[in-house]
Amino acid sequence: MTNLSHLQRLEAESIDILREAVAECERPVMLYSIGKDSSVLLHLARKAFFPARPPFPLLHVDTTWKFRAMYELRDRIARESGFELIVFRNPEAERLGINPVEHGSALHTDMWKTQGLKLALDQFRFDLAFGGARRDEEKSRAKERVFSFRNAQHHWDPKQQRPELWRLYNARKHPGESIRVFPLSNWTELDVWQYIRAENIPVVPLYFAAQRRVIERDGALLMLDDERLPLREGETPQLRRVRFRTLGCWPLTGAIESDADTLDAIIREMETARTSERQGRVIDRDGGASMERKKAEGYF
Amino acid sequence: MTRETNEVTPRVKDLLRFITCGSVDDGKSTLIGRLLHAAHALPDDQLAALADDSRRFGTQGDDLDFALLVDGLSAEREQGITIDVAYRFFATAKRKFIVADTPGHEQYTRNMVTGASTADLAVILVDARKGLLTQTRRHSHIVSLLGIRDVVLTVNKLDLVGWSREVFEGIEREYREFASHLDFERIVAIPLSALRGDNIRERSAHTPWYAGPTLLDQLETVDAADHGSDGALRMPVQWVCRPDLDFRGYAGRVLGGRVRAGDAVRVLPSGKQTRVARIVGFDGDCAQAQRGESAMLTLEDEVDISRGDVICAADDPAGVADQFETTLIWMDDAPMLPGRPYLVKLGASSVGASFGPPKYAIDVDSFDHLAAKTLELNGIGVVNVSLDRAVPFDAYADNRDMGGFIVVDRYSNRTVGAGLVHFALRRSQNIHWQALDVDKQARVRQNGHKPCVLWFTGLSGSGKSTIANIVERELHARGVRTYLLDGDNVRHGLSKDLGFTDADRVENIRRVGEVAKLMVDAGLVVLTAFISPFRSERALARSMVEDGEFVEVFVDTPLAVVEARDPKGLYRKARRGELKNFTGIDSPYEVPETPELRIDTSTQTPEQATTAIVDALVARGIVRALA
Repeated sequence: MTNLSHLQRLEAESIDILREAVAECERPVMLYSIGKDSSVLLHLARKAFFPARPPFPLLHVDTTWKFRAMYELRDRIARESGFELIVFRNPEAERLGINPVEHGSALHTDMWKTQGLKLALDQFRFDLAFGGARRDEEKSRAKERVFSFRNAQHHWDPKQQRPELWRLYNARKHPGESIRVFPLSNWTELDVWQYIRAENIPVVPLYFAAQRRVIERDGALLMLDDERLPLREGETPQLRRVRFRTLGCWPLTGAIESDADTLDAIIREMETARTSERQGRVIDRDGGASMERKKAEGYF
Repeated sequence: MTRETNEVTPRVKDLLRFITCGSVDDGKSTLIGRLLHAAHALPDDQLAALADDSRRFGTQGDDLDFALLVDGLSAEREQGITIDVAYRFFATAKRKFIVADTPGHEQYTRNMVTGASTADLAVILVDARKGLLTQTRRHSHIVSLLGIRDVVLTVNKLDLVGWSREVFEGIEREYREFASHLDFERIVAIPLSALRGDNIRERSAHTPWYAGPTLLDQLETVDAADHGSDGALRMPVQWVCRPDLDFRGYAGRVLGGRVRAGDAVRVLPSGKQTRVARIVGFDGDCAQAQRGESAMLTLEDEVDISRGDVICAADDPAGVADQFETTLIWMDDAPMLPGRPYLVKLGASSVGASFGPPKYAIDVDSFDHLAAKTLELNGIGVVNVSLDRAVPFDAYADNRDMGGFIVVDRYSNRTVGAGLVHFALRRSQNIHWQALDVDKQARVRQNGHKPCVLWFTGLSGSGKSTIANIVERELHARGVRTYLLDGDNVRHGLSKDLGFTDADRVENIRRVGEVAKLMVDAGLVVLTAFISPFRSERALARSMVEDGEFVEVFVDTPLAVVEARDPKGLYRKARRGELKNFTGIDSPYEVPETPELRIDTSTQTPEQATTAIVDALVARGIVRALA
């Protein structure tokens, strides 16, 4: 018997987790953020339940500020993959016209994403939500369980986490409680790219380097995806060869200068990278424990 | 974007999971930080954040404090202890590594057990200045108990004892002597300084007397992955795939051996035998699936399989049993209570369970057996477990995934313990259920109706037997095959050795439940008329048959009414003290909370009650309506 490769082992574990979660809950849903991790998760879900269709819908908690290329991929996936896609926008954020330009990244993220997600889960009465988070992304994620419990207010309590042994996941919960399940917990960014190449998984073209119209602001390279971002004095759009390592709301996501325009080039770049993946994310920067605090409040 | 080395990561590498353990201040977090740094897994911005944190919280002056990198939660950073298991990832040219960093603090032993349960190897740290500590022994014992066979003993902080060869060799000698009581296959001792990086990746100039591998060398080359990869096929069914009427697939993870199309398999616990038809894959069928892979199988014969069943090699199946001797590790603040109902999850089966009193607790420092009545948080003991139904299993020593289980509290839903199966009691694992060709389904087809248990419960004199008798007559007239188990009649035969204490009542109902179960399997509609005063025993009888086959009929007649009727004169005797343990007088009747049917004898005649009951059986699809 030959040893399984690391990608085979990761894939088998993720499929195991997806099936176990579906078997143990009533109303599962898969959060779909359109990024590379979501793309891998969706692919794994199709494999896990084949030849049946995955027995859950996709949920995109929209902020109205995603890159246009992301909306294009999302709509294509909804047409071609056979998944039911639910797009949810927080009506309160919509009513108040919350946006990152006038209201800042913290309020924008809280209203559209954190509150939006809670509202969507409550409205559709989902009791289990799959997410694409990985433990290597951020320090507090390193201690998160694969099956992570949320109380009826969607709060996470790191001190009350259940021990996870072997391949046994305890999915029992009280009415009103919900579970977030992270099948990619043990994957790294590099694993994700290697798997995308091995399985030929479609991803948003913004991950590949191209000439794009950007401005430099507060040390980040922001790509001007539409005309909603007013330029400050002295800012002039310029064409640079850039790509994205991570994708979120476009005014909050910095690009990196890169020539990597193929999967092989991205993987080569990754293997020699000297900066971490989320370094382009503006929302992570307010203090060292920022992600832990957001998670305790219900952020995915 | 250049790097000082020019290694290229090959596409295919394997994966090693290891756990680091040691006492507080032995330098575990520093060691992991150092490994990540040596494997270039620390990006510049994280290093910059670390430099910033080191100045604010660090203990290393202006040097980088790698411990801060790993202690992820802010509470831990402030307290300086690691309170939860953290997973870290790095890769070298040869391998990808997943590190479980587990706390050294005694209270958090449960996290160590968690980390060890998925690890292929353990790195055990010892502070050269302190030598072996109680914690070192405790952690080594747990690691051995959980089936890890490969150990790297790192003697850390050797710089603080002048790189002394004598100190290193003394600790190594003492550890090997201690570990000879454990089940390790290989121990490699390495002298190092995690803080300074000596013998982490490059050989240290300070230890010219040391000829063994550096820590990364050892981790990259040790053949520790996939213990027990040999062995026979085991695949617990997690999920049954039925996209349409033509396809029925069984999804699960192969936890032992391998499977190929055409292989003869036995399905446990039913014991049915068949062959694998296909191994269905997303990109076409697969020739085989091996241990560790997630698979989707179809079988040649139509076999009734549900979640929790295990598909095994036909010539080497797992055991099936409902009672085991186990090692139990308790992980909750509330102690383990013998006799209390818990849930056990083993493979894909979740079953009700209760534990006996510990045979003994284990002192993990001395290996002594201690007398114990219970197990407290972090307690380890040898305990018998009794399950509500038989499940497929292997001994933990033979297959970690088929012999390891978790214990869940029924009320808090917390994971409160972990257990390792030693062996089945009563040797029942060697008696496989004989699968018979004429089964319940065949009898149902011949009878023209489904079987069930009509379980009448109520006070003595409430009218159970009267109503049950009329119901049976009505069903018989409709051509339904029936049998009435009456309380008094059973007491004259099957249960004539039993009295009326609570324990005897429980045993009586258990026997009746078992008999009813056989009769349901025979395809009959079984009517039972017993007081059956306790909820837990009615629940037990219910659990013996399948969902939908148990119809609880609560004959609700107030005590004042039955006492006034008193057809057998029993209440008068009980009131005079001539009858002990009489239900309703000096023994409780626990009213059913959600019976399928409630008969109110103050408003319904026995005939009306009969109509209501028969209508309910029709509505449930058990018997047909009259044409």
